[in-house]
Amino acid sequence: MGTFHQHKHALHGITVVVELADGGTVVGRCDDIDDHQVIVLDADIHRPGAGEPDKDAYLARAARFGVWPRHGRLVIARADVRAVERLGDLAS
Amino acid sequence: MPYSPLLVKPMREELTAIGFEELMTAEQVDAWVNRGAGTALLVVNSVCGCAAGMARPGLRIALEHSVRPDRLGTVFAGQDLEATARARACFADVPPSSPSMALLKDGQLVYFLPRHRIEGRAAEEVAADLRACFDQHCAADAA
Repeated sequence: MGTFHQHKHALHGITVVVELADGGTVVGRCDDIDDHQVIVLDADIHRPGAGEPDKDAYLARAARFGVWPRHGRLVIARADVRAVERLGDLAS
Repeated sequence: MPYSPLLVKPMREELTAIGFEELMTAEQVDAWVNRGAGTALLVVNSVCGCAAGMARPGLRIALEHSVRPDRLGTVFAGQDLEATARARACFADVPPSSPSMALLKDGQLVYFLPRHRIEGRAAEEVAADLRACFDQHCAADAA
């Protein structure tokens, strides 16, 4: 669903899950998406590894409560993005 | 920088008009939270049209329900900074989110509706989630 920011992507202002090609996951508020990049604000990054919850557990908690804004602004190259979906769709 | 009070005023009034008590200082938040047992709905209001535009109408519809929290309070993110920080300290394990809604029961968080479950949804959908929460936690026979 779009917002009143007509010059932005339809997901502007919406909290999204960005699946990265390297297996990482970004959750944050979408600022804009174009042919070259995905810009996410107030974001957290999950990377599978020691001491981290697995991805499903991470996303389950994110869907329930949101994420801590550890990165004010992330600019991700489209080539590094596998998928973008709404976090709210995971919560429903 | 906080938004202009003129811009925020009607957004505040959308909630005070339906019974919310405005909490504009940390002391007011403390007094409200510690007022006693029972259920208390604390709303972090915000300017953002992407989500807050449906949060306030959703609340209005939800509060037409026969089962409601005992008391209603609100802080305004980006405006009442100290009060908002104190309110968020009531559920410090939950990431900051605005708008958002927290139901406290006897001072404990029992339900949280974060921004991402408000944004892009219709007011009626937000209200349905809240009514289900009220039925679960605020009914006379609720555990």
